[in-house]
Amino acid sequence: MIKSELVQRIAAANPHLYQRDVELIVNTILDEITGALERGDRVELRGFGAFSVKNRPARIGRNPRTGDKVKVDEKHAPFFKTGKEMRERLNGGSL
Amino acid sequence: MGERTVTRADLCEAVYQKVGLSRTESAGLVESVLAEISDCLERGETVKLSSFGSFVVRDKGQRIGRNPKTGEEVPIAPRRVLVFKPSAVLKNRINESLSHN
Repeated sequence: MIKSELVQRIAAANPHLYQRDVELIVNTILDEITGALERGDRVELRGFGAFSVKNRPARIGRNPRTGDKVKVDEKHAPFFKTGKEMRERLNGGSL
Repeated sequence: MGERTVTRADLCEAVYQKVGLSRTESAGLVESVLAEISDCLERGETVKLSSFGSFVVRDKGQRIGRNPKTGEEVPIAPRRVLVFKPSAVLKNRINESLSHN
């Protein structure tokens, strides 16, 4: 499923809304999550999962071909941890 | 960094502010969006949200694990796991804003 299909499905279930409103809703949710991660905040959606930012400190890497030392800058990587309920649903164990 | 946790309530508030629906309806729609994504994943489908990232369901085979405390071997059953692959746009936005302060 891609974003436009998600929008269509939500719109089909809510005939009183314009498709462009549903689009705005989906984008607002994703922007809110992105904005939180940009501030270094965590996003916790019970039953679904949690988004957070992991800090990868600067390090000296090596070019595997030549063995040369290369400086690798500090990085911030988004990370998602699956929620408990979601994990159970994936494995057929809806309790 | 990481001083606050954003929850459903914040997503509902953002939708309420932006779309002009009631608070109750905004909350219902946030729930519908999460439910639609979850249903898809439960069926094993990949969910791709452009400029955000994709959620992929992966099948993991059975393997032998070990209880780290006792060293005892324990079989780990085959299972499905969910992986989030952030898009390049999301990764760049996070790096740009967090590396400059």
